Amino acid sequence: MSSEHVGPKASEYIVHHLTHLNSTGTKQTAIVDWSVINLDTLFWSVLLGVSTVLILARAAARATSGVPGRFQGAVEMIVEMVADQAKGIIHSEESRRFVAPLALTVFVWIFFMNAMDFLPLDLLPKLWEGVYSAQGHDPHHAYLRIVPTADLNATLGMSLGVLLVCIYYNIKVKGFGGWVHELFTAPFGSHPLLYPINFLMQLIEFAAKTISHGMRLFGNMYAGELIFMLIALMGAAWAGTTTGAVLWLGHVLAGAAWAIFHILIVILQAFIFMMLALVYVGQAHEGH
Amino acid sequence: MNLNATLWAQLVVFFILAWFTMKFVWPPLTKALDERAKKIADGLAAADKAKADLALAERRAVEELRVARETAGELRSGAEKQAAAILDAARAEAARVVAQARDAAESEAASAMQRAKEALRDQVAQLAVAGAERILRREIDARVHAELLAGLRQELK
Repeated sequence: MSSEHVGPKASEYIVHHLTHLNSTGTKQTAIVDWSVINLDTLFWSVLLGVSTVLILARAAARATSGVPGRFQGAVEMIVEMVADQAKGIIHSEESRRFVAPLALTVFVWIFFMNAMDFLPLDLLPKLWEGVYSAQGHDPHHAYLRIVPTADLNATLGMSLGVLLVCIYYNIKVKGFGGWVHELFTAPFGSHPLLYPINFLMQLIEFAAKTISHGMRLFGNMYAGELIFMLIALMGAAWAGTTTGAVLWLGHVLAGAAWAIFHILIVILQAFIFMMLALVYVGQAHEGH
Repeated sequence: MNLNATLWAQLVVFFILAWFTMKFVWPPLTKALDERAKKIADGLAAADKAKADLALAERRAVEELRVARETAGELRSGAEKQAAAILDAARAEAARVVAQARDAAESEAASAMQRAKEALRDQVAQLAVAGAERILRREIDARVHAELLAGLRQELK
């Protein structure tokens, strides 16, 4: 908002901030278009994911059974927490060997992706705008969203991953025939008339689990981001007038309050996503 | 909230990261945690054992002390007993020597007195004879009156 006099209107500002940098360069209009890919989401998500595993790998490489340092202690706390949760939910030791690290990755990764919300809203988009226009492009099309979890593609991608893990363990634990049998006979019972109803229920269950899993994280982060934008609009109303000053003060107070509250949401949503992943995989181990 | 290929990309990234963590992060960390837990458990066990050992050693020390004190007491009382016995023996020996010396001295004195008496008696007899000789002069013949003299001597005994 360095250029107030030619600044965008409130709706334009928000729409601009909610538009992804994708492979087409313009806003995606179709609800579903598999030919498009969101470069910003992918970039930040991969960057943060790689950072996550490298940080964890660094801790793992230096891990000793002696007295831990603060960094090692912090990582160990998270690992211990995830390991305990996994142990309580998934009783197969062999499955835990894959699912527990998966839960750890998901927890830390999502935490970092959510935490991108704490960066000043316009900081990275503004820098990107500079880079983009320096390359001779229209600065108004310099879109950039930095919170990957506020993109439904990212969260649904991860929840689909959890679904695949669930299906894998369903087949592994019950055998393919056993799983198919369960699909048609649970939850109402084994009767030819009930087969379609059971199957429909199972499909709905899997779909509901997966979609709500992804939607929950997306909704929280999207709404959080949107509120940061609305708060930012208050500060943008600063124009030397009394109303503007009051709004600017409102920005400071509301921004601080929301950011502090957001610390809770960021870690809570990461934790919820991890826990649900564990619970769903745990359910895959149990017969109906 | 438009869906696009980002979803599949994210799905792939998800599994790559999970695989990496499973391969390189989780095992060393849990290994370190387990090892430390074992170390701590061992340390606690060792501390307990050391405490028990210490208590045992203290008990043994007290016992040793008691035995030593008893032995010393026994030795002392034995020594005292022995000293008393030696003293008694010495005292008895001394008494015996003294009594012996006294007996010897007494018998010596008695025999000396006897000898003196004998000598005195002889001399008295001779004196009496001499006196009687002097008084009687001629009348008394020693040879004739030997029986008389012997009777006189016998009376003086």
